[in-house]
Amino acid sequence: MKIEARSLSFAVRGKTLLQDVSLSVQPGETLALVGPNGSGKSTLMRLLSGIAKPSQGQVLLADKPLAQLTRRDIAQRIAIVEQQADTAERITARSVVELGRTPWLSALKPWSGEDTALVDKALSTVEMESFDSREWSTLSGGERQRLHIARALAQRPGLLLLDEPTNHLDIHHQLSILNCIRNLKVTTVVALHDLNQALTCDKVAVLSHGRLVAFGEPGQALAPETVSDIFGIKARWVRDAEGTAPFLSFQLA
Amino acid sequence: MSAAAALALQGIRGVCLALPVLAAAVLAGAMIGETSLAPDLVLAVLANKLAGAGLPVDPVDQGIIWSYRVPRALVAAACGAALAVAGVVLQALLRNALADPYILGISAGASTGAVAVAIAGLGGGALSLSFGAFNGALLAFGFVAILARAAGAGGNRAAAAQIVLAGIAGSQLFNALTAFIIAKSANADQARGIMFWLMGNLSGVRWPDVWLAVPLALAGWMICRFHARALDAFTFGTDSAASLGIPVRRVQVVLIFATALMTAVMVSVVGSIGFVGLVIPHAARFLVGPGHRRLMPAAALTGAVFLIAADIVSRVIIPGQVLPIGVVTALIGAPSFAVILVRGQRAAR
Repeated sequence: MKIEARSLSFAVRGKTLLQDVSLSVQPGETLALVGPNGSGKSTLMRLLSGIAKPSQGQVLLADKPLAQLTRRDIAQRIAIVEQQADTAERITARSVVELGRTPWLSALKPWSGEDTALVDKALSTVEMESFDSREWSTLSGGERQRLHIARALAQRPGLLLLDEPTNHLDIHHQLSILNCIRNLKVTTVVALHDLNQALTCDKVAVLSHGRLVAFGEPGQALAPETVSDIFGIKARWVRDAEGTAPFLSFQLA
Repeated sequence: MSAAAALALQGIRGVCLALPVLAAAVLAGAMIGETSLAPDLVLAVLANKLAGAGLPVDPVDQGIIWSYRVPRALVAAACGAALAVAGVVLQALLRNALADPYILGISAGASTGAVAVAIAGLGGGALSLSFGAFNGALLAFGFVAILARAAGAGGNRAAAAQIVLAGIAGSQLFNALTAFIIAKSANADQARGIMFWLMGNLSGVRWPDVWLAVPLALAGWMICRFHARALDAFTFGTDSAASLGIPVRRVQVVLIFATALMTAVMVSVVGSIGFVGLVIPHAARFLVGPGHRRLMPAAALTGAVFLIAADIVSRVIIPGQVLPIGVVTALIGAPSFAVILVRGQRAAR
């Protein structure tokens, strides 16, 4: 599902968090959103998901203004995995994923075998089938994150928004989650801190101080000059002895 | 079997399970008291009154059972169910395990309204105590709602914390007003009488109270039950609920008003009965888990049975004297509350 941001701005109490951001993601593509802390990545995510309304500009989902859709319509098309979504409830892993079916259920359309099948499928996509009946509080950070992703997948979205999904995870889980995301056939926007992980996505958007400073092919958007400039470091391309794709190396300027 | 049929069957099974338990509790409420009455006597009275069976029964016994004990048990059940359901809803909505219906300032406002009528003589004797209590409750809730809105204008992320803080401010203010009115105008007898009412009192309950409390508890329960899935979606917070397609503002407003109305009416009928709305939801969660589709009926049933039992205890624990029911629920509730607090701390660590 195509998503397009048209000159989005967002301000809270006179403070501008995002200014004049325009970009679009084609169906099936994965867009990485990078930028320093406080550059507006999470704000852009919230605007794209419709949870927050832009002060100016608009979001188009499959060429239709997001503002014209109801919360439920949006939830049937867009799923979002936020940072640090936690709970004190003693719920099981499976019931977390079952929440993903909420936008598809109503009094007239109660839970059915189809919903169960979709939950099973989502659990197996993130390799959490065996955790089915485990309680939330007993799960590790990586397991919780994978469940949130499974919950989002159970929503059957056309667009998946992930806000730093690899945060706090060890390198194995980081790679397996990214791999899992890349193999999905849905359009994905993912905020990332690791620039080399961003390089593996289809497109990259670089934010700094609420503005879009680069957008395009990963190799271009993440040019060492751009990266050095916005993060205040020295970045350069490095190639390893095996001659694989180049990656970025950093040091303090 | 189709999903709808399975759901209907589940509902029927729930009713089949709940009704006998409720009936047994009401029966116990009608039997036990200062004078114990046999179950067949109670059933005979019910048969006479409900089916016109015309069985020979002592009219005094019939009066005790039909005019006093049965309405009392029914109101206790409605009140317990309503407070427990209100507690479930507020704990889920505010994402605070220690939230209860009185956190919205309702109990404090009801007390102020009651003393304003009973002691300060507001309305010149034309208004009833419960009318004063009901209006006081709504006034206090309005105050808390406006304060919370003014404080949480930045967005809905902090709104849950704001309403709890606003509730504390409102409760303090209205408790101070109550104390002021009592200190200024009450004599010792009046003060004792009003204290008795403030601690919760089912002695004055008659059939008109049943016709108010029971339909309201049922209606409130149905509104809350209808939103069960939406409440589940609040598990990870309001943003997460919104991303799952829940119209967050609307659900919050509808449910907070429904719980406020239920609580205000119950408090105006029986006074403020503490700890039911706080402890029963936790007990029910322990029994059936956190899913609101099962939790809602379980909490209502547990609350109803608990309050009937507490009422029985309040009538028999001191021979010849009726204890305020709030004392009984607090004596059971406060230690349970302590257990929840300690266990919650451990889980958070």
